[in-house]
Amino acid sequence: MPALAGLSLQARHGEVLAVVGPSGCGKTTLLELICGLQSPQGGTVECEPAVLMPQRDLLLAWLSAVDNAALALRIAHVPRTRARNRAAALFAQLGLDGFEHAHPAELSGGMLQRVAFARTLLSGKPVLCLDEPFGALDAITRAEMQDWLASALASEPRTVVLVTHDVEEAILLADRVLVLSPRPGRAVGELAVPAPRPRARTDRAMVALRERALQLLARGSRDAKEPA
Amino acid sequence: MSAPRPARAPARVAPPAAARISAPGRRAARSLLAPLALLATLLGAWEAYADVGTTSSFVLPAPHEVASSLWNNAGFIAGNLVPTAEEVVLGIALALVLGFALAVLIHFSDALRRAVYPLAVGSQAVPIAVIAPLLVFWWGFGVLPKLAVIVLICFFPVLVTTVDGLGRIERDQLKLLRTLDASRWQAFRFAELPAALPAAISGARIALAVGVIGAYIAESQTVTSGAHAGLGHEINADLAVLQTPRAYAAALVLFGLAIACFYALTLAERALAPWAAQPGGETQ
Repeated sequence: MPALAGLSLQARHGEVLAVVGPSGCGKTTLLELICGLQSPQGGTVECEPAVLMPQRDLLLAWLSAVDNAALALRIAHVPRTRARNRAAALFAQLGLDGFEHAHPAELSGGMLQRVAFARTLLSGKPVLCLDEPFGALDAITRAEMQDWLASALASEPRTVVLVTHDVEEAILLADRVLVLSPRPGRAVGELAVPAPRPRARTDRAMVALRERALQLLARGSRDAKEPA
Repeated sequence: MSAPRPARAPARVAPPAAARISAPGRRAARSLLAPLALLATLLGAWEAYADVGTTSSFVLPAPHEVASSLWNNAGFIAGNLVPTAEEVVLGIALALVLGFALAVLIHFSDALRRAVYPLAVGSQAVPIAVIAPLLVFWWGFGVLPKLAVIVLICFFPVLVTTVDGLGRIERDQLKLLRTLDASRWQAFRFAELPAALPAAISGARIALAVGVIGAYIAESQTVTSGAHAGLGHEINADLAVLQTPRAYAAALVLFGLAIACFYALTLAERALAPWAAQPGGETQ
């Protein structure tokens, strides 16, 4: 059974596109296609170079936070000191200053995720693919990190494809939300979120959009159970 | 409502006295207490058994006889320790290099894995005690045949643990490195190599125990005599002339050599792979 079927999507330059769907609807497959980690069995993927930020931080235990963040630079043969300096410059911006030389084992879940985000940014690729970036965090830290990412994207806009099963997260962060059906994933509907970031969770328009997205998700599941 | 509630009273006892006066030095002393007590008990039982007199000192010398033999023959035994220590240290180092290199080759090439692994397993079934004298015939009485025996025994645990360590990097980690444009070599250098390092050192720790036995077997095959033939040779020669206490003293030094090398590897791991050294681990 294919993970995705008949899915067509497009992200504009600088747009944050969220893809919401139930577990196993092929969200991760979609990101791996965009990042070139898989080739499609049918159809085409056209994209500028994209970098993946997986759900787990996957930081290297033997490297300090700053060296983990600078990994892409080191891979691109930037000399060690220059790579570290560039990563350290980003640390202040991400609220990580003072933790440059800490090792992953010494950092909290939220900080690990920030270092992973720094590593993703420093790859220099124009498209960021975030795969449930805060899925592994506790609810309080997740809310903090969502606010933090919203402001980070406000100050440093990128083209982002954000995959999540958290409707609130999608509405909070994205310009556009695409709702997928259960496996094989196909588009059930699309919502535009016109409000500027950062946004308030409790804003009435936000709540209404969340309601709409949940309805779309429910319809996708219903249609999947009773194929026409 | 004035009924006494005696059941609640013990909940407010003061912390135990020992907890209040604990200091780092005291804790270190206490952590040595258990091993020292065990050692004293074992030595005491041995001494008592030997002193009852049912066995001759040629067969089982009492600990005090071994200790005085060690004291009286300190120079002789130290002279024999030097070549043995050299063989063991050099042998383990070579086994680490060889085992690690083979593991990397096996990791990168399925063809090599199929070709090399069966031979490596087979090499462990070679009866060392039988081929050691043949190696001596072939290569003479120098250090070479002894090193060959030690390396032959010791590379295998390093190979197996390193192959496992290299394979333990998750597929997701490798995918991530690919989206960061890492080449195969860079994925190895940044992720797999550091992950395999503590595994290789663990293999060397396992190898150490058999390596010391390997040194004994190799040395016991040499016919050179004198003060610098190695502890293995000395033990054999002493047993042949019923110098049993000195043979035991030499075995005791061999025992100390193994422990010293084990802790040296632990220190090496802490220096090379500090992220892998767990506090409270078995080597603490």
